[in-house]
Parts: sequence; structure tokens; C-alpha cells
Amino acid sequence: MTTDVKRTGPGGGPGGQAGQKPSGGPPVLVRVFRDNGALTALIGLVAVMALMSPDFLNTGNLLNVGGQAAVTAILAFGVTFVIVSAGIDLSVGSVAALSAMVLAWTATSQGLPVWLAVLFALGTGLACGLVNGLMVAYGRLPSFIATLAMLSVARGLALVVSQGSPIAFPDPVSALGRTLGGWLPVPVLVMAGMAVVAAVVLNLTYSGRSMYAIGGNEEAARLSGIRVPRQKLVIYGLSGTFAAVAGIVLASRLASAQPQAAAGYELDAIAACVIGGASLSGGVGRASGTLIGALILAVLRNGLNLLSVSAFWQQVVIGAVIALAALVDTLRRRT
Amino acid sequence: MTKDAAAEPAPPGPPLLRTEGVSKTFPGVVALDGVDFAVRAGEVHVLLGENGAGKSTLIKVLSGASRPDGGRVLMAGRPVRLHGAQDAERLGIATIHQEFNLVPDLTVAENIFLGRQPRRFGLVDRARMEADAAALLARVGVDVAPTARLRDLGVARMQMVEIAKALSIDARVLIMDEPTAVLTNEEVDRLFRIVRRLRDEGVAVVFITHKLEEVAALGDRVTVLRDGRSVAEVPADTERDDLVRLMVGRSIEQQYPRRPGPVRPGGVPLLRVSGLARAGAFRDVGFEVRGGEVVGLAGLVGAGRTEVARAVFGADAYDHGAVEVDGRPLARHDVNAAMAAGIGFVPEDRKGQGLLLDASVGENLGLVTLRRATRAGLVDRAGQRRAAASMAGRLGVRMAGLDQHARTLSGGNQQKVAIGKWLLADSRVLILDEPTRGVDVGAKVEIYRLVNELTAAGHGVLMISSDLPEVLGMSDRIVVMAQGRVAGELGGAEATQDAVMALAVGTP
Repeated sequence: MTTDVKRTGPGGGPGGQAGQKPSGGPPVLVRVFRDNGALTALIGLVAVMALMSPDFLNTGNLLNVGGQAAVTAILAFGVTFVIVSAGIDLSVGSVAALSAMVLAWTATSQGLPVWLAVLFALGTGLACGLVNGLMVAYGRLPSFIATLAMLSVARGLALVVSQGSPIAFPDPVSALGRTLGGWLPVPVLVMAGMAVVAAVVLNLTYSGRSMYAIGGNEEAARLSGIRVPRQKLVIYGLSGTFAAVAGIVLASRLASAQPQAAAGYELDAIAACVIGGASLSGGVGRASGTLIGALILAVLRNGLNLLSVSAFWQQVVIGAVIALAALVDTLRRRT
Repeated sequence: MTKDAAAEPAPPGPPLLRTEGVSKTFPGVVALDGVDFAVRAGEVHVLLGENGAGKSTLIKVLSGASRPDGGRVLMAGRPVRLHGAQDAERLGIATIHQEFNLVPDLTVAENIFLGRQPRRFGLVDRARMEADAAALLARVGVDVAPTARLRDLGVARMQMVEIAKALSIDARVLIMDEPTAVLTNEEVDRLFRIVRRLRDEGVAVVFITHKLEEVAALGDRVTVLRDGRSVAEVPADTERDDLVRLMVGRSIEQQYPRRPGPVRPGGVPLLRVSGLARAGAFRDVGFEVRGGEVVGLAGLVGAGRTEVARAVFGADAYDHGAVEVDGRPLARHDVNAAMAAGIGFVPEDRKGQGLLLDASVGENLGLVTLRRATRAGLVDRAGQRRAAASMAGRLGVRMAGLDQHARTLSGGNQQKVAIGKWLLADSRVLILDEPTRGVDVGAKVEIYRLVNELTAAGHGVLMISSDLPEVLGMSDRIVVMAQGRVAGELGGAEATQDAVMALAVGTP
């Protein structure tokens, strides 16, 4: 049989949306949009916002949107690893705050060199993630419970370290929150870089492919020789490390580490993954989808601000969008 | 052919529940082929048959879980529609499945009245529910508090709760699917006393068992199923040998293209298992598989075959014994050690354990070799894809392309993928657990050919199968297990259906 095998794109996971049907259907562009509901939604949303607010398509505003999306997106990339493996990570917001706090405390309060402080911060995120992983993989705790505990512990530690007050961020790191050449926000660059890292991890590394296998069918993965507990350590460790990066980016924008920073961001991160097509039952999810999900959230917030919609109503709209995205995705899968 | 029920000296009275020419076909399998079956009020009717004879399907039809394609079911002489468990319940047909339908974290009383709780002013009347439950439990004759949490009970008492639940719907027909499989001898005695009392109260009991000694001990009449047909209805005191003959009496209809491989006698066997034991599962299990050889692992469902296979592969732990590959001992409970030594395992539960259903054929084929295809942390996905494509071609997997999801393949093609991932890993000893279950005839033959190819290349195959003709047709030697132990080993000419079945049911 000489069926034309449809290629899976670079972002195509095993549960990716491509490749359900043999080719011969509608033209490529139509298929791309049909198979990428989130991308279509983002483009639609941008078009609507552009029509309703003349300021929206302004370069400065778009870069602003990118900056706003950056922290959520970086957190969400880490969470994507966990969700693809059929887990959940609720601790990323707290871990982000704690990591940033460690950076500020070691550099500003203790006077350590900045590069060392950054390593400490990343190490803090990694350690929190590994503890999550240990509790899930070896303690057999449901990921919801393990990371819920970490959510509280990391937030508490951030408060302990800071004694409840913000600590100024060291200057070289605060540069991360500024712009390059006077127009390109550095957080957008970091987001793009982390997107590439996440895509490479998911698509090309042994651990990434294991995430899909574990999320798809943990027992089948185990019986095929994947060391599930060890891979879970990697997965949660990655998520914690990504959270640390997000925390540093957030603090650099504010020029200080705040103990209550990024509270509730874990929910935005999960929402970004789900809007981007990841399935909470595991095995499905892409870095590109998560990026689009985070952008959709940021565009919505920004657009609603430009339209002077009250912050109260914004919450209502964003909640509705999350539900809608999940519903559309469920319906599409059923047919 | 079914004997005329009127010719039996059994208790008088018309049948209470009866099937007439009931048939049921699944894709590629005729599960029931015109089954006539009748149970009367006040009798224990044993349903006997080897694995796959159609007992489970018949029970599903009688309990409303499965709709027959043809024939009809009559209750007290009137045709009835059984389109769900509720229909059966309304007619007074209660079924106790092997897997209990109980909620572990609810109390005994809540389980008995699940979905039918007595209510007062719209609220559950706990006092009345617990009093009613206590009365039912007393009728069963079991000492369990209605307020006890089900999770805290042993298996035997859970079963009693199931019986009490059946009584709570005023069951006139009680169907019990292998209720003794999980009980100790003492518990079996108690169960039998309860069943006899229910029978004497006029309940029609359908009793499914694999254990022939239970037939005479409890039953009044026996219906033997074979290949989806009711082949005989005989009194329960029929000789065991005659029952065994009725169960297996058929010729090997299918073609098994077994070509023995180049077995090297003597020397070190490829796989040697000795003294393998795990409390409550199996004990003293030993056998060998040589290069070029297919060893069949036969036995009834629940004899411990799958448990042994999983322990050999390292998927589960074992307490004692040793597994050696090429004479080198294998670490216990270590899948990766087993894989490194060249063992591959295709589990019985293809969908639950063998495949990533929502991943592509290509991903599934490359799963075992993922580690090998990784260089410096990066997977050679192009190479993986090429290898998968060539394996899919070699196995003749019928698919739209490598990107098709495994879920949408037919059973036979799914199985080819589940086996193919081990072939890509060059496994030298392949453990196949029920490799042709739910697989259509054409794909079966392709799988047999593949087994021949493997043994021709000097690999060894351990094949678990509940399909007797298949075991006989494809194995060079047969190890028969019964109740967690190796009951015997049969080679060449001694391996007949009767001999295997006799060992499997424990007939001396």
C-alpha cells in the first residue's frame, strides 16, 4: 500500500493532533488550523482585539503582551512536562517566589557573587521539584497532594527567608526585566529560549519521550523498560527548575523579590497548558500549544484592559475562555 | 446435541430461566453459537466448560450486560428483554461476578442497598437500612455488622455481602461466576451450605466453576459448554472423566503451522526457572526454555501462569527461587535487567499494559528501543521511525500509516505492534501471554508464522495460552499449571487435550 504518510511536525507528540487520518483531505493550511484549535483561537482573538482597539496592534503593546505572557509561559512549560506524564504541579508559583527570594537574599543580603546566587536560585527550584518527584515516585503520593504540600512549604519558606518583606534584586539580574536595544523586552527572549528548550526536551530527549509514554500508559511504559520513578524525578525536577527561571524573570521585572510574588500563577500555568491542548489525563501536550495558551491569556488580559473592562469582569471572561477551550477540545476529540 | 431436559430424573417443574438458541458474535469470534440452557427453581445448575467455551458470555447475556445477536431468553416461560442490569434485577436475576460490584469505602448496609436505599422524607433512612441489612445478613447466615466498612472484610465475607445484596432484590435466579476461586476450603464449605439453603428455599442457582470436585458436591445438573455451544446436559454425579471428555472433545480444527526450530539438546538452556514461589500466587515453579523451542504454559484461568510470567520478566517480585538466562542469574523484580538479558514480555492485557493506545504505531514500536536510540540524551527519531516502518512492513501491520493511533487498529494488528517492539529490541526469549486472544483467524496464523520465524533463528518462546488446540498445535513442550504449581510437563506425543485438561483440573 502506498499511503502517503502524513509527517508529524516538529511539535508532534505521540498523542499530537496530527496524523489521525490519511492525507487526501483539505489543503494543508486548512488542516493546520483545524488541527491547532488554540492557534486559530489566538489569531481570531488578535483580529477581534485589533478591530476593537486601535492601540492593540501597536508594536509597543504587542511586546508588552509578550512580556506579560513570559512568566506564565515559562511556568507553564514546566507544568507541561508534568501534565504530559499524567501528573499535576500546583507548586510552581510558590517555587518561583522562593527561588527568586533565594537569589535576592544570597546576593543582596549575604553579598554573594551574582552568578553564584543565580545558581543557588536554580538549585532551589530543582530541589523543590526533586522533593515533589520523590514524594510522587517513591512515596506514591498523588501529584496533586504532593505539590499542594510544596505550594504551602515553598511559600512559607519564601516568607521565612525574607521575613515577610521584599528584598531588592541585584542590578545585573534586574537587567533581565528591561529591554534590549530599547524595544525588545528581555523576558520575551527568555520565554522564546525556554520554549525551544521545552520543545527539544519533549520531542527529542529520552526523558521527553518517556513523559508521553508514562502519561499514555504508565504500566505499558514500565513493562517496556522505562524506569518510571527515575523519570518522574526528572519531570518534577525540570518543572521546579523552570519555575525558578520564571521566578527570576518575574522578580527582575519588579526589581525585587517579593514573598507573595506569583501567588496563584500555578493556575494560570495549568490553564495555559489546557488551552494549548494538553490533556490532564496525560500523554498529550506540546510546547507550542502551551506557548499559544499563555499568549491567549495575556492577549485577553491586555485586550480587556485596553477596552477598559473592569478587573472583576476580566476574571469572569478568562474563566469562561478556559472552560470553552477545554470543551471545544473534548468535542473535537470525540468526533 | 442438548439432551431433552424431560428425560432427566431431575426435580419436576418447568424451567424458571431458559435460553433458546442464544448466539453472540464478537469481531472474529463466535462466542455463543445457539446455546440452549435451562435452570429450574430449587436446583443448583453447574455451568462447565474450558476457558473460552462461552460461559462468561452466557452469564453476561443472562445478567443483561450483553445483548445476544440471536435467540431468546425466557423467564418463567415468557420471553424477556434484558437490556441492562436493571432489567435483570427487576426480573429477579442476580449475578455475583468474579469482580465484586461493591464499593470498598461504604458500609455493608450501604453496599447492599446501593442505589435503592430506603428513604424517609427524601433522606436515607439509615436505621431502617441497617435493620433490613441485618435481617438479610442473618438469612445468609454470616456474622457481619451492617455498619462495618466493606474494605475491612475478607474476600469470603465480601462475597456473603454480595449474596445478601442478591437476596435484597428478592432474587429468584442467582448466578455465581466461579465463586470458590478465591476461597479457602472452609469458606467454600460455608458458601456451599448457604447455596444449598437458598436452593431449598426455591432459588434457581447457576453455578460456574472450573473445579470438577465441586460439581458433584453441590450441583444437581450440569450443562457443558464447548466452543460456544451447549454440548450436553447431564446429572451432576456424572463421572469426572466423562465430564472432561465432554469439555474438550473436539478435533483440532484450525491449522497450526508449527515448524520446530533447531533445538540444541544439552548445554545451558536459554531460560531456566527454578523453585519460583510467591506467597498466595505460585510455588515451586520450575521449567526451561531452550533456543529454538516453543514451550507452552497451559492451565486454567487463575492457575498462576500470568503471575509466573510477570515474575520471570521482573514486573513483579517473587519470594524464592531463581531465574537464569544463559546460565546467568537474573536480578529479581527488575524489568531492565530482564530486558538487558534479552527477555521480552507481551502481556495478556494488550490495551491496559501492552500499548500506548493514544500514541502512534511508530511511537509504540519504538518504545522498547527508546533507550538504545538515545545519544547524549537526544533520541534519534528519524532512525526510530525508519526502524518502525521496516518492522511494521515485516509484520504486515495493516494501518493507514505510522502515525495512526494504536487504539484504532484491529486486535490482530495491535498485537503485532505489541510483539514488534520486542522484535526491534532483538529479544532472545519472548514471553507471549495469550498472544492470540481477541485476534482474528488470519492474524492468528501470521502470529504463529512469526513464532516459527523466531525459533528458526534460535530464539526461545514461552507461550501462555488458554486455547488448548493452540497450545497443543504450537508448543514443542507443554508445562501445565494448576493452583499455582506445575502440575506436570508433557512433551511430544503425550500432549493430548485430555492429558493437559486432566492435569489442569487436578484429576489424578
